[in-house]
Amino acid sequence: MGQITLKSVRKSFGEVDVIPGVDLDILDGEFVVFVGPSGCGKSTLLRLIAGLEDTTSGSILIDGKDATALPPAKRGLAMVFQSYALYPHMTVKKNIGFPLKMAGMDPAEAEKRIQRAASVLNLTNYLDRRPGQLSGGQRQRVAIGRAIVREPAAFLFDEPLSNLDAALRVGMRQEISELHQSLKTTMIYVTHDQVEAMTMADKIVVLNAGRIEQVGSPLTLYHNPLNLFVAGFIGSPKMNLIAGPEASKHGATTIGIRPEHITVGDGPWEGVVGLSEHLGSDSFIKVDVPGLGIINVRGPGELGVHHGDRIKLAPAGKIHRFDANGLALA
Amino acid sequence: MSTHSTRSAARLMVSPSVILLFIWMIVPLAMTAYFSFRFYRLLSPERTGWVGFNNYTWFLNSPDFWVAITNTLLLVGGVLIITVVLGVLIALLIDQPIWGQGPLRILVISPFFVMPPVAASIWENLFMHPQNGLLAAVSRGFGTDPILYLETYPMVSIIFIVSWEWLPFATLILLTALQSMSSEQLEAAEMDGASALARLRYLILPHLGRAITVVILIQTIFLLGIFGEIFTTTQGGPGNSSTTLPYMIYKQALIAKDIGRAAAGGIIAVILANIVAIFLMRGIGKHLDT
Amino acid sequence: MARAVSTQRKIAYTAAAWAVGLTIFFPVFWTILTSFKTEADAVASPPVFLAADWTLQNYADVWSRSDYPRFFWNSVVISIGSTILGLAIAIPAAWSMAFVPGKRTKDLLMWMLSTKMMPAVGVLIPMYLIFLWTGLFDTRTGLILALMLMNLPIIVWMLYTYFKEIPAEILEAARMDGASLRNEIIYVLTPMAIPGIASTMLLNIILAWNEAFWTITLTTVDAAPLSAFIASFSAPQGLFYAKLSAASTMAIAPILIMGWFSQKQLVRGLTFGAVK
Repeated sequence: MGQITLKSVRKSFGEVDVIPGVDLDILDGEFVVFVGPSGCGKSTLLRLIAGLEDTTSGSILIDGKDATALPPAKRGLAMVFQSYALYPHMTVKKNIGFPLKMAGMDPAEAEKRIQRAASVLNLTNYLDRRPGQLSGGQRQRVAIGRAIVREPAAFLFDEPLSNLDAALRVGMRQEISELHQSLKTTMIYVTHDQVEAMTMADKIVVLNAGRIEQVGSPLTLYHNPLNLFVAGFIGSPKMNLIAGPEASKHGATTIGIRPEHITVGDGPWEGVVGLSEHLGSDSFIKVDVPGLGIINVRGPGELGVHHGDRIKLAPAGKIHRFDANGLALA
Repeated sequence: MSTHSTRSAARLMVSPSVILLFIWMIVPLAMTAYFSFRFYRLLSPERTGWVGFNNYTWFLNSPDFWVAITNTLLLVGGVLIITVVLGVLIALLIDQPIWGQGPLRILVISPFFVMPPVAASIWENLFMHPQNGLLAAVSRGFGTDPILYLETYPMVSIIFIVSWEWLPFATLILLTALQSMSSEQLEAAEMDGASALARLRYLILPHLGRAITVVILIQTIFLLGIFGEIFTTTQGGPGNSSTTLPYMIYKQALIAKDIGRAAAGGIIAVILANIVAIFLMRGIGKHLDT
Repeated sequence: MARAVSTQRKIAYTAAAWAVGLTIFFPVFWTILTSFKTEADAVASPPVFLAADWTLQNYADVWSRSDYPRFFWNSVVISIGSTILGLAIAIPAAWSMAFVPGKRTKDLLMWMLSTKMMPAVGVLIPMYLIFLWTGLFDTRTGLILALMLMNLPIIVWMLYTYFKEIPAEILEAARMDGASLRNEIIYVLTPMAIPGIASTMLLNIILAWNEAFWTITLTTVDAAPLSAFIASFSAPQGLFYAKLSAASTMAIAPILIMGWFSQKQLVRGLTFGAVK
């Protein structure tokens, strides 16, 4: 249950090739995150899997069966939309129960499932309310509840947290991860936020302009990005990418070093501190190093440097090397 | 959002309305054109035949026709000017901090919902009637003779009545547009030192530009076909002084029962409407972005 | 736009605005007032405002004597009939244009708008003749058809703008939840569309009731609604003002009241959604 395979899936809107061709294997029970910048095609890919859009060519297999021509209702998948898409004229209970009604389920059985989903999501006290009377987080849960009751082969999440405020986002993120732990169902999750991707995923699919840049576990992508795009996308603050003579020294066109892998004190790179941000738990500083450009540095605790200070930096972690085409060198 | 199944279902569902409107457009128009080139009078239906452009030349040579065209343009132009200018002023006034804006809006908007024959009848009988009308009473109060509005100034009276009917529409549209204006924009201007008059000139009126355009466009469509008011009051008279093109065509069709002539008149009316539309589109089409 | 202004200013604005409003409303008010006067009071000089003995007799007379109830009923049947027919045709069209837009949808909508621009006199002859030949002349059915065709562009446009406001994602959610097209329409779309449909219905009833071209030209006696009745009734001789006022008040009252509640719909419907 919940194994999904994409074979040469292509999608074009008129002249525009939004997705030139994607091959992907999603294993049963995996938490897969599609991540990438705006317009990279991640939502489109999700909607193709859901059946809300037709593929231009290629095939989509769900549990080994060809689902490419199946309408959404027949694919056995459940989707949580960015705007939650709750039915405003129905109570929470009717919202959650709607898919079961559409499936013609026995009302007693449906009632059991609804109550179960409601208790898992702490919605039991809200069953008679309408979506308009709920907060953002509660609506989010109703949307998830509506997906859970169907016991689908896989859950599809389309940027579910982007409409929530920052504090709520962290909490909901953890709730969704816990849900995955308990249900063990395949989850495909779309986001532009790489922090969500890193914290939630078993497997991350990095997309750019409709193409898969890399597929791998979060730590794999962190330690071994296959190209410049992935290197610059994963990790916050972004990896420092340096071209020119310093890169040639290491035998590459571009080298990359993460801000957290640079120490302040003694080292080969000397420069002037520009902007510095002190969070107490970390310090983020920008250092203008002649010949290298602006280097971002992240240090634990309080670094004690300020605007205008002249300091020295030293690389203290992996130096990633990239060739002229942007591909990683071993 | 669309897939194969939904797309074909969609096409099927649009068809009835498209087919209906298409037939409603093409067939009658084609028939009008056909009859316009024929001699056909309902009272002597046996005598028919092609008469080429005779029906058209009858119109162009008839002094009544040119009076009708003038009256039509006067009606449309007059009502437009009155309703837009007054509409803007009244909308600005109602938008000010006042008590009872809700009930006030109801009062102001009422004339629009009065059906044209009733509106015309009210003005004709209760107000403009030389003996029993309220305006006559006012004249007598001033010691002057009552004015025979509909006889002496038929076109002006009609324009007045139609303006009374359509002023609420213009006011409502403009008021809606006014109230949709972001107050933050005006506050920013105030912080920038703009006076109330300056804010009116540089911010409010340009914002209203689009609504005014829409009002002019929509009203023109309806005003070109004004009929009920004239039918109820003057029947186009005295003589032809309040006959507009639609009324003239009506007279040919249903009173003189001259189908050929009325058809030619109809085609002329369509051409006129298209000319007006082109002028409108060119002149103010830039304001519109649907 | 209202901010804290001096009370003096507010009083001045209020007075000015209400003066304008009352002036505009006065003719309607005067008519209603006159309908309760005796005929003598109605034409009294100087004019009588509040009659000493005011009466409901005028209403009784108009309703019981002339054919007024029949004309009233015609208005009701024609307004509601053309509205329902129009909605039946327009709802599927507006649905598909709002939710499954094609390349031509925008053009189609503009074309529909343009059909409204054609002057009615342009098709008076064919309508008149076709109605005569098919026996639709002076029938309520005929008028229902004619008015439906007149207002179809407005109905389609208005429904289109309302449907466009329904988030597509909710319909997609229904599809993901296993709803067939039929179920999607019944359980999700229609409940969410009802306010929009009701608004469109309201506006169209108003427009059909007040229509004063086809209702006059295509009827004589049988199917004449109130508009035709009042239009021909208003001859200079033999008029009884109080009764005329009563007849007028009854003719406009339903629509006047409906209109008070439909300001927003009016704006949306008659500007083809250009002003909201």
